[in-house]
Amino acid sequence: MVRRVIEQVYLWILLLLLYAPIIIIIVYSFTEAKVLGNWTGFSWKLYESLFDTGAHHSLMNAMINTIAIALIAATVSTVLGSIAAIGIFNLRARSRKAMGFVNTIPILNGDIITGVSLFLLFVSLGITQGFTTVVLAHITFCTPYVVLSVMPRLKQMNPNLYEAALDLGATPMQALRKVILPEIRPGMISGFLLALTLSIDDFAVTVFTIGNQGLETLSTYIYADARKGGLTPELRPLSAIIFVVILILLIIINRRADKAKKTE
Amino acid sequence: MKKALVFFSSRKSWTLPYLIFSIVFVIVPLLLIVVYAFTDENGHMSLVNFSKFLAHPEAINTFVYSIGVAIITTLGCILLGYPAAWILSRSNMGYSKTIIMLFILPMWVNILIRTLATVALFDFLRLPLGEGALIFGMIYNFIPFMIYPIYNTLQKMDRSYIEAAQDLGANNFQVFWKVVFPLSLPGISSGVMMVFMPTISTFAIAELLTMNNIKLFGTTIQENINNSLWNYGAALSLIMLFLIAATSLFSTDSKNDSSQGGGVW
Repeated sequence: MVRRVIEQVYLWILLLLLYAPIIIIIVYSFTEAKVLGNWTGFSWKLYESLFDTGAHHSLMNAMINTIAIALIAATVSTVLGSIAAIGIFNLRARSRKAMGFVNTIPILNGDIITGVSLFLLFVSLGITQGFTTVVLAHITFCTPYVVLSVMPRLKQMNPNLYEAALDLGATPMQALRKVILPEIRPGMISGFLLALTLSIDDFAVTVFTIGNQGLETLSTYIYADARKGGLTPELRPLSAIIFVVILILLIIINRRADKAKKTE
Repeated sequence: MKKALVFFSSRKSWTLPYLIFSIVFVIVPLLLIVVYAFTDENGHMSLVNFSKFLAHPEAINTFVYSIGVAIITTLGCILLGYPAAWILSRSNMGYSKTIIMLFILPMWVNILIRTLATVALFDFLRLPLGEGALIFGMIYNFIPFMIYPIYNTLQKMDRSYIEAAQDLGANNFQVFWKVVFPLSLPGISSGVMMVFMPTISTFAIAELLTMNNIKLFGTTIQENINNSLWNYGAALSLIMLFLIAATSLFSTDSKNDSSQGGGVW
């Protein structure tokens, strides 16, 4: 009994430590003080000025860029990755292993190697870096995760279903749409969401591929901000909003997953 | 011709777009790192970048220091994360799933904001920034990546091994060291993969946590690239790549396991 209590206390202390910084950010998003840690009374002012388009135009621009890049990159990687997963799944063992290895390279490399290598690619090809190069870079490191989330679904699928559809007169395209796609859809959705969050969170790869045309994402904005010594106060409400939105999204996704499991 | 037709109508050919994409955006760029690393500014083949690294005590110091920080961070993550994973693996499924979610959730906050929040926490508690903050911040940033894979292997472990060991007279300590721990090694090694390398290669994080007093190897690479010293930067990246290859060879056993890391949802 005592042991159980100690165990639970340990878990919750660890969680408390993990959440302490986030809680501080959220709490201090409701006060006006420029410096984080100064409490000057409750106020909605930071939230108001965040959505006041004039004052923090560049921050909102960075946010819009981040979301646009994430949506495009996640969509393309989901399509590319799902098609690739079906292809890889149908390869013979040796080629499948080889492709599997190629697929894990960007995951193993880590941000900085991916960033440097793509930077050198764009520089060597003489491509001006900007929005497109960032999107391409994000697709590069997101697609492997999509492949990895679709693959288990294909493995679980009954291979006879596809053959059966063909025997019953479906064209390969119809069989794909009506048999394979519904089976792998949950994997595609989680791959898409994973790609979305990876892209939004990315900093290192973006820094190397964003060029110097003045394009900013949330990460590079914060980085520039932090180097100047301070944090734009409006980042506090913005982070708080992002955190709450993601919290709600994750709860919805988990609910869905639980429901799906129950209906199975 | 007919063969080609068969290939393109089969689903194998669906690998092609991704294969081409990977060659252009993964393999060629990696080869470019090698090419740049072994050439000087004028494009002649040379080892000048590596001799520069060896002649530069500062770069080597940063490299060694980064490895040190990464080792301490990794050990810290194992020491703090293992008990958590162990407790969770013995709790009931619904509860442990929720807690795991709670551990992973902070990862969805931008890493720079998280780091600045850690700085705020240290200010708030009136603790000085520096090495302590650096280690805390790194463990804080990466511990979920240790807990999750260890939890996964412990979860899948066959309980009857523990009972068998107990029946054969092992005490709790022996059960842990001789049965549970060895069986959880794949989880630990994929955790090591996911903590060790990112710690060395992060940049900007260390500076923020130490008020620009300490920088890690990732920053060295970024600074050189930023200052147009591409060849030297590429050579440093290549050194890092070797380290990555060495670490991943060390944890090849766990490959099957880490490939399931996408199943967070």
